[in-house]
Amino acid sequence: MMPAPVTLIDTARVAYMPPDGVLHGPAIDALMRWNLIALLVCFAAAHLWLIAAVLRRRKAAIPTPQSESQDADRLPKIFRWVLLGALCAMYVLMAITAQRLWAANRFEGPSLEAMQVEVVGQQFQWYFRYPGRDAVFGATQAEFANAAAGNPLGIDARDAQGADDMVSSVLVLPAGREVDLRLRSLDVIHGFFIPGMRLKQNAVPGLLLHVHFTPEVPGTYPILCSQVCGLGHARMEAQLRVVSPPEYEAWMVAHERAHVNRGGQ
Amino acid sequence: MIEGRTRLRLFTTDHRAVGVLYLLLALAAVTVGTFLSLLMRIHRVWPDTALPFFGVLKPEDYLALVTMHGTLMIFFVLTTAPQSGFANLVLPEQIGAREMAFPRINAAAFWLTVVAFLVLLAAFFVPKGAPISGWTSYPPLSAVPAAGPGQGAGMDVWLASIGIFCVASWLSSVNMLATILGERGAGMSWTRLPMTVWAWLVTSILTLLVFSVLLAAVILLFSDRHFGSSFFVPLGDMVNGRIVGRDDGSPLLWLHLFWFFGHPEVYIAVLPGMGLATSLLANFTRRPVPGYRVMAAMLIAIGLLGLVVWGHHMFVSGMNPYAGTAFALTTMAIAVPSTVEVLGWLAMLWGGGLRLKTPMLFTLGFLSFFIAGGLTGPILAQPALDTYLHNTFFVVAHFHLVMAMAGAFSLFAGVYYWFPLLAGRLMNEGLGKLHFWITVVAAYGTFFPMHLAGLAGEPRHYERLTGPVASFSGLLPLERGITYSAMLLASAQLLFLWNIFWSARRGAVAERNPWAATTLEWSPEKRLSRVNRGPYEYGANFGETDFCAQWEAVTKQE
Amino acid sequence: MPATFTRHPAEIERKDTGIGGKPPLDRRPTGGGGDGDNWDNRPQGRRGPRELLSRYRLGILFALAGDLMFFVALVSAFFVRQSAGHFDARENYVSDWHALAVPPILWINTAILILSSVTMEMARRQLFHEIDVMEEWLGLGRPAVKRAAPWMIATVVLGGMFLVGQWIAWEQLIQEGFRYNSPDPSSHFFYLITGTHGIHLLLGILALVGALAALFTLRRVEMRQVVLDCTAWYWHTMGLFWIFLFALLAFFQ
Repeated sequence: MMPAPVTLIDTARVAYMPPDGVLHGPAIDALMRWNLIALLVCFAAAHLWLIAAVLRRRKAAIPTPQSESQDADRLPKIFRWVLLGALCAMYVLMAITAQRLWAANRFEGPSLEAMQVEVVGQQFQWYFRYPGRDAVFGATQAEFANAAAGNPLGIDARDAQGADDMVSSVLVLPAGREVDLRLRSLDVIHGFFIPGMRLKQNAVPGLLLHVHFTPEVPGTYPILCSQVCGLGHARMEAQLRVVSPPEYEAWMVAHERAHVNRGGQ
Repeated sequence: MIEGRTRLRLFTTDHRAVGVLYLLLALAAVTVGTFLSLLMRIHRVWPDTALPFFGVLKPEDYLALVTMHGTLMIFFVLTTAPQSGFANLVLPEQIGAREMAFPRINAAAFWLTVVAFLVLLAAFFVPKGAPISGWTSYPPLSAVPAAGPGQGAGMDVWLASIGIFCVASWLSSVNMLATILGERGAGMSWTRLPMTVWAWLVTSILTLLVFSVLLAAVILLFSDRHFGSSFFVPLGDMVNGRIVGRDDGSPLLWLHLFWFFGHPEVYIAVLPGMGLATSLLANFTRRPVPGYRVMAAMLIAIGLLGLVVWGHHMFVSGMNPYAGTAFALTTMAIAVPSTVEVLGWLAMLWGGGLRLKTPMLFTLGFLSFFIAGGLTGPILAQPALDTYLHNTFFVVAHFHLVMAMAGAFSLFAGVYYWFPLLAGRLMNEGLGKLHFWITVVAAYGTFFPMHLAGLAGEPRHYERLTGPVASFSGLLPLERGITYSAMLLASAQLLFLWNIFWSARRGAVAERNPWAATTLEWSPEKRLSRVNRGPYEYGANFGETDFCAQWEAVTKQE
Repeated sequence: MPATFTRHPAEIERKDTGIGGKPPLDRRPTGGGGDGDNWDNRPQGRRGPRELLSRYRLGILFALAGDLMFFVALVSAFFVRQSAGHFDARENYVSDWHALAVPPILWINTAILILSSVTMEMARRQLFHEIDVMEEWLGLGRPAVKRAAPWMIATVVLGGMFLVGQWIAWEQLIQEGFRYNSPDPSSHFFYLITGTHGIHLLLGILALVGALAALFTLRRVEMRQVVLDCTAWYWHTMGLFWIFLFALLAFFQ
């Protein structure tokens, strides 16, 4: 049962970006903000120059100087170099600041205390698998997948570690705890995108990809598919619910009980 | 030289006629592509409306429109017209050659392109319709016919069309390179080449290198689909309940091969426009190009760097994050030569005697869109930010501004500029200016707000904003505004078409060199004995005429 | 001279005075932008056979460069695929690449192809001897063509033997159970690489046959030279590509 859709638009923060609820969110938003401002300033300046140049045009050209070295745009040549240097410095600064965030997020794996959830994309649904009390995911095989029988991911019944795995269509996470998502896809490439968590990673069939983040702010965040995956691409939406740790525990226990009552997978 | 009405004989090898044929093909493609985009836009904001030809669009119909729109525009408009179209019009004259190096291969390339175009359009009419995997056709969606409607026969037809197009591009670039390198006339040294020729040179090298890679990828994909191989489909891949993956294919292999082609492709689309902008700015500001060698070197730098940035389309694809950093650095590096080019153009504007004729207006428009779209490049080049913006409408805004609109404006500029060469008449200035202003306003109105939609997180390829999933229904007012702008944008082009057809018959008769240009296509003599001058000798030093054409003898007083 | 030719070593020692002596070098300044251009020795209008030949050679060079990129793409895919794998049920990463032993006949095929390049080059050079060119131009039969033809036929035969040998290699593989659509990637690549190369070589053989016909039917001497020259360069390049591809299949799996 999908909760009522949440409209994402919030013009209060960085123009139209939804509020972020993740630990690395403010850093990314700050980076986005100064990038957008800097580039808008460049855009405005360039267009002011363009318009000014057009407005102050004259009929005839100014005499061409004798040599190319003197051929300046009526402004000292140094100005050209200063401007170019400033822009290059801006690009370098952008690259460096962004690289720091990227490295922090992607070069290192999650901490050892991070909880694990498996995300599986399939046309046109996201599934989330929790490893259960043993914190180990059971083996899966595509041949066993049978959504109608309650085993959409093909959890191998012969594997004892899979007996306590829980599959959900809602991603529920406790606030303040780092989570390591492992992304899989059963059929085609899907794009796992949570705008509110400033998180995107393709789920590629044949690959097991990991992303980690720490949700901070409780709330409901839409999970979208950002890589065209077929005719249901636009309705491949799930929900991330970030809840307080006690609520999460309660949800886990209730889900476990329902899971066991249904007789395992 | 003006030839009056160019007679079009089918299977002609006359390069000017072939150029006109390419432009006509691009016109047909852009008409279909624009029509498709209007259907897309209307469907997005009024999803339950019945549309002409298609009725109420199903989701797969929308995706088919997106795929065909992208394919038509990128391949059959932006890869053909600025390069093959314009180069065939004027390249031999501009370098002092009599004709292309291989006129028959040149003509064959055109007709192969026509075949590719017709094959592509056939995808609409095969069972289950056109493919839905986008112009990038990522596998396994594109490798498994069961993965969606249109992925069967439609996908095969698409692959065939692209394959034929690759061969045509290869032939065309071989001819172009042999011409530029080997057929330059006496005195036409490298530093006397017009900037357009430099741009066509770099573009031809890129075309030669990357379309073969696309052809290889297309063949591998075709093999996966029909011959039991599994280059791109992983083991155990299960689509619609059936296992289709037979051994360890890698979807990422396709992404690497495709984007190795795909990124230089966008430079192929925009570089000719950059060369043309430099040329036209010199012509209409009546000043030489400051830093001619630097500008040419920057074109080469962009071309070379463009070959090593393809991973910036793949930051979140599952590629190694260290590779992501490497590509981020090369991508940020390519901002530098682009910036130098832009600063060069802006420098040319200052203090010159600007003549605001229609070609100049469209060149200014090209500048504007190139700056607007180019400036969002550095944002997308940063993986930390691209993690949020990848495959959202921010990217759609970026490439439509910097490639589609800038490219379109360079096409308009070229057509207004060279029209007198073909028809002996000028296009109507008033209509041209009206066309320009409406197009500029409508284009910004269409694509600028897409940045905001992207920042809101709206993904690409979503066929509707309402319905079972309504996370972005708040964007509907914005999207409706975009749709209205798009309709205005498309309608304004009717002015352009009308202008062409009217001016061809009733336009003001043009003098031999109506723009007082220096480049050789405007020369009065069919065959030059020798070229002794640079390409952009404009300025008041040349007395009343304020320029010295490239075909003038060296003894003319400065 | 109506056609390009290569000087016999004995003649190179003589100074090239041409007819009536060398024309004087024009050292007048060229009015800016000269850059040391060499237009004095190639004045406009004097587009002779050497220019024609270099134009076609340039065309073939670029065409083959594009072709090279095609094979580069296949080879890159080949290397990427070798290191690909999947996670098995125990989540171990396993690679399913099993190196395919190339059928030994491929060694013979390679030798045949190299030999065919030798014969091809012999054919090509026959067309550039000055004496023969002079005689053809003067209408005294076609000695250059007559000398080149046997070498060309030899090349066609050797090329055909190569293709037959490749076919035999395919048959051997099929008998061992490695078809194109076996779920075995090294199989796919073997057939793909040898197949695309084979198609290129087949086109080369057809071009050779066409060139042979053209040698007897074309009227202009320089066009005959161009046709054979371009065919020869294509042939050599296909041989060179094969050496690399064969080394790849034999040693880099």
